[in-house]
Amino acid sequence: MTAAIRFILNGQDVTLGNFSPTETLLDYLRLRRRLTGTKEGCAEGDCGACTVLVGRLSDRGLSYESVNACIRFLGSLHGTHIVTVEHLAAQDGTLHPVQQAMVDCHGSQCGFCTPGFVMSLYGLWLSNDEPTRQDIESALQGNLCRCTGYEPIVRAAEQVAQERPSALFDPLERDRAEILARLWSIRSEPETMVVEKDGARSIVPTSIEAFAEILAEEPNATVVAGATDVGLWVTKQMRIINPVVFINHLTELQAIAVDETGLTIGAGVSYTRAHETLAEEIPAFGRLIDRIGGTQVRNMGTIGGNIANGSPIGDTPPPLIALGAELTLRSHSGRRSMPLENYFLAYGRQDRLPGEFVEKIFVPRPAEIDYFAVYKLSKRRDEDISALCGAFHLSLDSEGRVAAIRIAFGGMAAIPKRATHVEQALTGQIWSWSTIAAVREAFGEDYQPLTDWRATAEYRSLAAKNLLTRFFLETAGQSQELSRFELEEA
Amino acid sequence: MDKSSFDTQPVINGPMHTSLQHDSAHKHVTGSAEYIDDIPEPAGLLHGGLGLSDRAHAQIVSIDLDAVKTAPGVVAVITAADIPGFNDVASTGQRDEPLLATDLVQFHGQPIFAVIAETRDQARRAARLAKIEYRDLPHWTDIDSARDNGAPLVVEPMVLKRGDPETEIGKPPLRIQGSMVIGGQEHFYLESHIALVIPGEDDDLVVWSSTQHPSEVQHMVAHVMGCPQHAVEVKTRRMGGGFGGKETQGNQFAALAAVAAKKLNRAVKFRPDRDEDMAMTGKRHDFRVDYDVAFDEEGRIHAVDTLYAARCGFSADLSGPVTDRALFHADSSYFYPHVHLASQPLKTHTVSNTAFRGFGGPQGMLGAERIIEEIAYAVGRDPLDIRKLNFYGEPGSGRTLTPYHQEVEDNILMRLVEELEANSDYRARRQAIIDFNANSPVIRRGIALTPVKFGISFTMTAYNQAGALVHIYQDGSIHLNHGGTEMGQGLYTKVAQVVADAFQVDIDRVKITATTTGKVPNTSATAASSGTDLNGMAAYDAARQIKERLVDFASRQWKVDKAQVEFLPNRVRVGDDIVPFDTLVRAAYYDRVQLSAAGFYKTPDIHWDRKAGKGRPFYYFAYGAAVSEVAIDTLTGEYMVERADILHDVGRSLNPALDIGQIEGAFVQGMGWLTTEELWWDDKGRLRTHAPSTYKIPLASDRPKIFNVKLADWSENREPTIGRSKAVGEPPFMLAISVLEAISMAVASVADYAVCPRLDSPATPERVLMAVERLKTLGE
Repeated sequence: MTAAIRFILNGQDVTLGNFSPTETLLDYLRLRRRLTGTKEGCAEGDCGACTVLVGRLSDRGLSYESVNACIRFLGSLHGTHIVTVEHLAAQDGTLHPVQQAMVDCHGSQCGFCTPGFVMSLYGLWLSNDEPTRQDIESALQGNLCRCTGYEPIVRAAEQVAQERPSALFDPLERDRAEILARLWSIRSEPETMVVEKDGARSIVPTSIEAFAEILAEEPNATVVAGATDVGLWVTKQMRIINPVVFINHLTELQAIAVDETGLTIGAGVSYTRAHETLAEEIPAFGRLIDRIGGTQVRNMGTIGGNIANGSPIGDTPPPLIALGAELTLRSHSGRRSMPLENYFLAYGRQDRLPGEFVEKIFVPRPAEIDYFAVYKLSKRRDEDISALCGAFHLSLDSEGRVAAIRIAFGGMAAIPKRATHVEQALTGQIWSWSTIAAVREAFGEDYQPLTDWRATAEYRSLAAKNLLTRFFLETAGQSQELSRFELEEA
Repeated sequence: MDKSSFDTQPVINGPMHTSLQHDSAHKHVTGSAEYIDDIPEPAGLLHGGLGLSDRAHAQIVSIDLDAVKTAPGVVAVITAADIPGFNDVASTGQRDEPLLATDLVQFHGQPIFAVIAETRDQARRAARLAKIEYRDLPHWTDIDSARDNGAPLVVEPMVLKRGDPETEIGKPPLRIQGSMVIGGQEHFYLESHIALVIPGEDDDLVVWSSTQHPSEVQHMVAHVMGCPQHAVEVKTRRMGGGFGGKETQGNQFAALAAVAAKKLNRAVKFRPDRDEDMAMTGKRHDFRVDYDVAFDEEGRIHAVDTLYAARCGFSADLSGPVTDRALFHADSSYFYPHVHLASQPLKTHTVSNTAFRGFGGPQGMLGAERIIEEIAYAVGRDPLDIRKLNFYGEPGSGRTLTPYHQEVEDNILMRLVEELEANSDYRARRQAIIDFNANSPVIRRGIALTPVKFGISFTMTAYNQAGALVHIYQDGSIHLNHGGTEMGQGLYTKVAQVVADAFQVDIDRVKITATTTGKVPNTSATAASSGTDLNGMAAYDAARQIKERLVDFASRQWKVDKAQVEFLPNRVRVGDDIVPFDTLVRAAYYDRVQLSAAGFYKTPDIHWDRKAGKGRPFYYFAYGAAVSEVAIDTLTGEYMVERADILHDVGRSLNPALDIGQIEGAFVQGMGWLTTEELWWDDKGRLRTHAPSTYKIPLASDRPKIFNVKLADWSENREPTIGRSKAVGEPPFMLAISVLEAISMAVASVADYAVCPRLDSPATPERVLMAVERLKTLGE
């Protein structure tokens, strides 16, 4: 067993042992390293003031992603390159073009959110030479600013996009080969790493088999992939979790396979990676992914995590259920599969046995002639949790009757749930305006939603019915939706 | 003298009326700007955690802190018994706000005790281990239930009256009575509250506080510690946002840290978690506005009678002046021939609401704009026509007197609004929208042009004073200090421009230093948009004194008339000689000229008699107008702001870039208040929207898709303010009212614009959809 993890912090190699499994990257940076440029705004991954880049080796070489340091645990950082705002300016103090653009455009006022914005803009700048306004807004979905109204920050992103100084200027371009080599040298640990502090253990398995074995021995271990949920258990509820198994680095869980029957998505696939494929294969699903969290959360959070935690308001279960997805659980002793909807038993309870983990999900490809749509309603369009999220999958027969329909909603019950009464009422009927009008009330038999701070029961009930109307209009080619960018309509 | 070194530069860097970057911009983008949590920690620093009430209203039966005391890392537990002075942080002097609750809690989240531990994590964990027994008392959290329960008022209400509203309101042919609910707002400054206290000898305490009001923190710490104010020095270099949320609300954290620091003789830091910050600190007041308006068929207002009821929380805090300012803006931009306005500052079992950008003004104006909408839909005219019909008139028109009996003397409303109306193509766009809506079953659009007229000055006349301290050192570098605080608005930059301009030196010669009660005493809060008006003038006064001494000295030394001494960029012409600024300064030092001065300013000509409801509370008015266009989805209530055009009056701008930044930021913040930002308390009195995961401020993707912001560059303050500029912090916040009204028009389209939608705020997608449903039913 190895009792320390290794990573690169800005320019420096770090070997770190003796840390708690719940120590966050943000606390490490601010308290232990006195790198105070990275700020704590909310400690729950929603404001982006703590944004840093994490570089890691993947099948695409070395790639950098923005993440929220406030909910990122140290145990998930082995073999990575952590880049903070302090790393951007040149030794002589010359600002990085991204920073200079923010100064030129008056992109900071109080300045507290600014380092986080700089890092998000930097992440965008590294990955996109010609960002559209939509790309920029998407890259900034995870950063809150209360002073500027964002206009100057968006202008800064546009101004700097074309600016490509010599590779020598940008620290990550300049040092890429060297960092790559250093990461290769620390990447592959031959055996599971266990770091212990005061009896609390961080366990970092080297393979999916090792992970299964650990879970068999430690069925009460908390499995952490993206930490976008578990992070808040720690920072907000102050829960003690021990031991913690970190699996975000397990590439076996991060594969997406596409064939004519459908998509197989590994549980460890991040929203960002899933978005790339889904936007191509099932565009309506892709658009939904763009509305989950901010970029930082999408870079960290995983499809498997969104399912495994069993939340009634997770965004991916409704479309997955509507598409007829099949879940595969794995344990030391084997695998079993089930339709996803069967996984959710009751509030807070899932059909997962001790020692089991979510391995992958198979999403059948909707037939060419099928209609599929998913709609998310929230107070704020982006980076918000659903008040309700509804997905519809319709097959019509040659006479225009409903051959099959699957409707699933989140936010309407204690679990993500199918609208079986509505489905039954629709099946065999002519897909028409009058049919829709007649079955609206059947939603009342499927769902008795609650009132909470996201919406009242009345709104949820009414909006669910209206989403069926929207779906009908869409299938009738009369789609009318708000869209911020023309491209999105295409 | 070596004449070759003489500068010939024609203008200095950074004079007044130029667009300069924020002085800390470079530090912001590199992460090197120091906020209080970034200051290197003193040796032996301890951290505070807070024990908060989990009842909205209850008697405390018993408190068992044994588990807290024995938790790992805990050094001490602080309760009310540890407070050496007064257990009170009420900024009003009403003694209605204990620092730590003893036998009664009055809101969910009220502090009962503090834990002091070696680490912040230990303190937070330990704070959760208390066993507190309560006996619940009846509680109410909103305005309606407060009224139902006969809730007391937290301060004496205000009444404004002019003319004979009682009789006149019955005379016109048309009359509407209605009610509007206006939601509150969380400040959501990105930097939560924080205080770091370092104990010294005797009674001394050095307090670093993220506060807009260092003097009040000083006074409150002294009050709680039972020590003289001179023992307490409060420092603030910058805040990560304030917006009014750090005017009084920082007192408690500073006072708690002071109590612990003195008790333990160690430095102590309090930095609440975001959730604690949101639960423990006050917000913008929610209001219910009950209005009664009489008007003629044209839409001309004859009489108005409005009651503004506010959710004030458990104590007075600033609710008196906030509800007063609501009434001062209940006329918005309109002349009411007969008017009666009253406030009802209700006590509720929620955190005590406080200052927030606009300070009641936005709620006052929103009520007035609702009245305009009511009239417009009733008479079937464009609301803009109703607005113009009712604007205050030019001097001599007989339509210039406000409900508080101040004359509106600097009215530029009509020019401003008509310029914006033309430049934004308002009329044609409105017609195009009406045409679009006629053929669009699901998506509907709306457009609205709303004005802003905002009174500038603290209505508490005494607060309209400021001090500054300017030193010139022997190398000619200048040290600037004043009573204003920097929260991102660019105050430090603007005041430095004033000083650089006064001495005609480049601005990088001026060192901007942290606000501290030790250098400039008895300051007012940086609030009421007054920061630059007051501190800019005080700094100018300090610079003027030193300049006069330098002129005296130069005229003596060079034996020329004083009129022969002229400050040129980085140099001074003395008779026929040109002397570099620093050379003159050094020479003056050797001649024993005092190179330091304290400046002072108080706003002239203002007075206010609250009892009589008469006076001139405001030095001048700032104006603005905005046109917003939105689209709504009538199936879901979702919406988007398609475009906003703003024309705003900042007088002669000291720094157009910073002013435009204030306007853009205020507009988007105002949009948030009126759209997605919803505070939601459950039936136990718990605020459930207590973090950004549940409380949604605007994102980049919420700002207007097209956003045109222009300064009314022809405007000049008719009063002799610094550089003839005008205050900019708060007024543009209210430009966002145009967004709510544009949404309202889109909603109205489903009933063919025949019914006023009475859309309350915040207009969440849910409220919009429910309004659509209501109007559909009415339309059928």
